Amino acid sequence: MAKTYYDPADLRKFGKITEWNEELGNKFFDYYGKVFEEGALTAREKSLIALAVAHTEQCPYCIDAYTKDGLQRGVTKEEMMEAIHVGAAIKSGATLVHGVQMMNKVNKLDG
Amino acid sequence: MATKSLKKLGSDLAKSNKQLEILSGGIFADGELPTFKNKISETSQFPLKAKTLEILQINVGYMCNQVCEHCHVDAGPDRKEIMTQETMQQILDVIKTTGAHTLDLTGGAPEMNPNFRWFVEEASKIGIKDFIVRSNLTIIRANKKYYDLPQFFKKHNIHVVSSMPHWTRGKTDKQRGEGVFDMSIKALQELNAVGYGMPGSDLKLDLVYNPSGAFLPGDQSAMEKDFKKALMEDFSIQFHNLFAITNLPIARFLDFLIASENYEDYMYSLVEAYNPAAVANVMCTNTLSVSWDGYLFDCDFNQMLELPVNSKSKHISDYKTELLEGRNIVISQHCYGCTAGAGSSCQGVVA
Repeated sequence: MAKTYYDPADLRKFGKITEWNEELGNKFFDYYGKVFEEGALTAREKSLIALAVAHTEQCPYCIDAYTKDGLQRGVTKEEMMEAIHVGAAIKSGATLVHGVQMMNKVNKLDG
Repeated sequence: MATKSLKKLGSDLAKSNKQLEILSGGIFADGELPTFKNKISETSQFPLKAKTLEILQINVGYMCNQVCEHCHVDAGPDRKEIMTQETMQQILDVIKTTGAHTLDLTGGAPEMNPNFRWFVEEASKIGIKDFIVRSNLTIIRANKKYYDLPQFFKKHNIHVVSSMPHWTRGKTDKQRGEGVFDMSIKALQELNAVGYGMPGSDLKLDLVYNPSGAFLPGDQSAMEKDFKKALMEDFSIQFHNLFAITNLPIARFLDFLIASENYEDYMYSLVEAYNPAAVANVMCTNTLSVSWDGYLFDCDFNQMLELPVNSKSKHISDYKTELLEGRNIVISQHCYGCTAGAGSSCQGVVA
């Protein structure tokens, strides 16, 4: 058993998931590839969205992958940090907006 | 930021055999990654063979006013290797006899060679179709004696190709040195002022982008769009094309990869991005590189690794088309740098 749950070298093996289920694996990678193609959004914009989501998902593989992807596209560190703050703002906003539910419940139970 | 060449520092990596040892050892020796020879053999592209000569690339010396972090030449102010007028004359004699349509001067900073202007004047008389000078831009602002370079380039209809790692100051200065961005911007504005890089202008001004770290260049046309937009908005600068060039794992860039523990990951990236279609058009198949002392190489990178052409004709004074055409190109694992993704050459992508 590996001593750590995450090994950076495992990212390179991602493609191997198709070995245990070729059909679904291939469908996933086709879909994935298509999503990141230039479309109504540029590939650069998509890369920044992916970087922000990588952080909110706290996926270390994705963070490595989309930091490098951003650098390759000429994304600056200022742009990267701003993107992460967008993710963080949504995360904290999502927590805080539930405060309204708490307030509703208090009001109902305790007038 | 580097201030001295690896050679001046007495680094082991200043020795080409040490670099070749690293490129052949480790993950390539134990079979974790395929060697370049094995990889191109998969698509029956080994041995790579030289076709008709189209581009003659001349390295007129390793002296430079800059010490860029990832320079594959290990150039800098402390390098004394400078091409003599005698070698230049031998090159001029050869150009007249070959059908090469492009003459490409590089360095170091080619303008620092004391015979640079003489060479340009003589070579431009021959009537080469595309006459390139790879200028680092800052040289134009480095000293009063260089201030008139834009006019000089214009007079001889030189195609100016300049390095520009990013459209922001921070990323540019990190790679090329403090103050380089501002000086480069000023130089580009001066080139624009005499007509270089303007839409429809015959005075060609192209920029070269190479990544500032251990990653591959992004899509060339997307990068070109970003560069054009930013340079126009921020500085009203125009240029024609952007060439995206991959950093090859040699000299100072190899030193950086090893020191930052990025070497293996970088080689993996190159091998994973291997594109057989790029192999068909790698620049060594139509280019010859001439070193400051007149020796012949398949490319500027092989020159730095001291891997001479595989031909009896090894020096410009001994140039024989029949001996050089069809020769087998000398390869090692650094060649993966030219076949990754859309490929890479001194003229940008090849596939």
